[in-house]
Order: sequence, then C-alpha cells, then structure tokens
Amino acid sequence: MSFEPKIIGFLCNWCSYSGADLAGVSRIKSAPNVRIIRTMCSGRVDPTFIIKSFQLGADGVVVMGCHLGDCHYQEGNYKTIRRIPLLKRLLKEFGIDTRRLRLEWVSASEGDRFAKVVNEMTEEIRQIGPLQLKNDK
Amino acid sequence: MAKPKLALYWAASCGGCEIAVLDLHEKILDVANAFDIVFWPVAMDFKYADVRAMEDKSIDICLFNGAIRNSENEELAHLMRAKSKVLVAFGSCAYEGGIPGLANLTTKEEIFKWVYRDSPSTIVTNGGVYPQTHTKMPEGEIEIPEMYEVVKSLDQVVAVEYYIPGCPPQPKQIWSVIEYILSGQPLPPAGSILGAGDKTCCDECPLEKKEKKLKNFYRPYEIIPDPNLCLLDQGIVCMGPATRSGCEALCPKANMACRGCYGPPPNCLDQGAKMVSALGSVIDAHEPEELDKIFDQIVDPIGTFYTFSLPHSILRRKQQ
Ligand code: SF4
Ligand code: FES
Repeated sequence: MSFEPKIIGFLCNWCSYSGADLAGVSRIKSAPNVRIIRTMCSGRVDPTFIIKSFQLGADGVVVMGCHLGDCHYQEGNYKTIRRIPLLKRLLKEFGIDTRRLRLEWVSASEGDRFAKVVNEMTEEIRQIGPLQLKNDK
Repeated sequence: MAKPKLALYWAASCGGCEIAVLDLHEKILDVANAFDIVFWPVAMDFKYADVRAMEDKSIDICLFNGAIRNSENEELAHLMRAKSKVLVAFGSCAYEGGIPGLANLTTKEEIFKWVYRDSPSTIVTNGGVYPQTHTKMPEGEIEIPEMYEVVKSLDQVVAVEYYIPGCPPQPKQIWSVIEYILSGQPLPPAGSILGAGDKTCCDECPLEKKEKKLKNFYRPYEIIPDPNLCLLDQGIVCMGPATRSGCEALCPKANMACRGCYGPPPNCLDQGAKMVSALGSVIDAHEPEELDKIFDQIVDPIGTFYTFSLPHSILRRKQQ
C-alpha cells in the first residue's frame, strides 16, 4: 500500500479556516491528507502543539494564518513568523526534516491557495516518507 | 513509635543533590533524629545486599537522585521502588533526566569513541578498546554496569510518587518537604511536584522588567549586564519564562541567566517549546534574513532550552 501522509493543519479562524471553507464550497479538489484544527489565531499555535503532533504520529504539520498585517489580533501572526523558524532550528537539531513543518499565509478569499498548499505539502511529505520517531522506552 | 525509615540513593548524578541535603546544615541532625536512615551510599556504609534483605515496602520514603543511564541505575531504581512506600524523584536528573540527559543528542557509540579514542586528553591504549561489561582477569571475572543508549528520567523506568525539582533542589525547599512529611499531615496526591512553586522563575525574579524588544542576543561573556535589569531584556537568553518557580530566582539575582533547572512550569509539557514561544514574543524583527541573523546568536538552542529536561521532553532524544 502506498504511503498516505498524515498532516495536521492548524488554521486560524479568521482567514485560513475560511479559506479552507471556500475551497470546499467552491469544490476545488485537494488532497484529503490534512486534518484541520481550527485555532483562533496562528499566534495561538503553541510550539508544543506542533511537537506533540509529531509525537502522536503526524508526518507533517502546516500552520496557516492571515497574511502579515491582516491578523484579526494585529500582531498574532508576527509571533508565529518568529516562532516557526526558531522551532525549525530545534527540529533540525532533533534530527527531524524541517520540510515537515510549514507556515503559510492563506486569506479567506484564497480557497485555491489553500488547495495548492495542501497538495504541494502532501506530495512533498509523500516523497520524504513517514516520520518514525524513536520514542521507544 | 518506631521512627520512619528514610533512604537516599544516587544514580546518574553529579553528587550535587547529596550536597544539597548536607546544606540543610544543623537541620540534618533533626533529619537524623526524626528518621531512621537505612541506606545512603554517599554518607553511610550500607551495601546493596542490605537493601535486598529488607522487606518490600519497608522503607517509608526514598529520595532518589540521578538519571537512569546504565544497568546499575536501572536495577537500583527497581530495587528502591520495591522496598519503598514513597519514592521521590529528587533533583532535575531523577525528575527529568537532567544534564546527563543531554547525551540523548548523541549515541553511545559516539560518546565511547570520543571518550576512549578521540578526545585530546585520551591516551589510547589496548587499541582503544571500549569498556566491556565482563572482563576476565587472573583473579576472576570483573563485571561493570552496561551503559545504555539513552538516558531516562526515573519515572520512565518505575512509578514515582513525587518530584522535587532543582539542580540541586534548594535546601530551604528540601526542608519544607521534610517538615511537611514530619508534620503527619496527609500526603499530597501522587504525581505532585513538591518543594517548588506553581508560577515561573520570572515571577519570583526581582530584576526590573520592561517591554521586551530584542534584536540581539549575547552570550554571558560578551556583555556586562546591568544587575538591576531583567537579563532577557538585555539580550541574554534567560530561561526564566519557561521555568518553574521555587528557587527564588537564585541565578538571575547573581547576574546569571536562569538555565531552567526547576523544569517546565505547571501545565507545560515541553520546556524547549515553551521557550520558543516566549522568544517568539519578544524578538523585534520579522524579515526572514534578519530573524536568521538573530537566531544565529542563540548558540546551541537545544542544549540551552533543554539543559535539564531533554529526556522528559516530548521528543526525548535526537531522532536521526
Ligand atoms: S532575568 Fe530571567 S528570570 Fe528574571 S525576569 Fe528576566 S527573564 Fe525572568
Ligand atoms: S487571526 Fe489569523 S493569524 Fe491571527
């Protein structure tokens, strides 16, 4: 059986979640691999959520938020834009391919962009293969 | 009434936890008066065989310090668990793996290679042979413990009732726990963290905090910090925001950044992730190139953010 990546998507309520919704109602086809978790803001995505997702079996994690300047809470996504690259540095040191974590800006009107990001990432993770953690005893 | 029985043990640790107990100063006499100390390798001459001969659950409380990194540590963890009613992970190493736990960033093979062959201070004899668990000598066979591939916290090996964090736990806090136990009050629920606060180190820190807008990080030798201002405000990576209170901000008060020895604050699963979150909030930049430059100044993020907590963190060890 071919490998189907499990990807967790943290989508902010105000832009990206609506963007995903739009992709749905517009019947844009996208890979079914991203399990969406709605958060109020991309700034609400504690790096712990991301690490925990990997521990619980995610092969990839994508965080989506409003474009810079559009965050419903003004500054939330500015926190995100600093946290993700720093977290990537940690992941790299942990020996986890940093392509497994993405940050993307998707507005409420960008249903097509949502689908594109999802498809691209699913393909990329498919190439990289499953994440097998040595969480052994 | 017979005195309650107390045992203290050290596994993979530096001995600092033992010193912290001795730092109770004259109160150590009260401890000796109140308890029957039945096992304490660092201070008293008891053998493992003495402990094996005891009845199960006959020790009332065992303070166990040190991580589990070899077969002897593991064996004693099981032994002390079996013999003790209450097993306490004492200090950062037993609680979270501690500094020995940073070995989880490498492998046993790499460590042996460095220590027994490659390090500049090693004089290679016998073709650089590694320690063997069994060696035949004219007098008979010698056995030493087997070093493991990964370092674990005590609770990853046996069930633990309580945790007392700190590298080492502060004597004042140790005493408060002992006093509590001696008072005869009902013990807190299993799994509790004792001898520590439920806020962050910053909360106890008297240094003046301003709005943080950081564009540069410095290593301690690179600047002379103002002793009255928050160290993080001055660009020194201080783990205060990601660390449990309890030490009364001992290090920041001495102009040294908090290194995180009291472990993650309540409701935080991962100290490193918490620190990433905290730093994300205080850096004043958002262009990728500028961020890259700023992050480059944080040398060894994993070793800095998980100095004491790597084995107990979500990912526990280097994966590849
Ligand atoms: S010096 Fe450290 S512990 Fe004190 S307030 Fe600043 S960050 Fe927190
Ligand atoms: S509300 Fe969308 S990123 Fe903050």
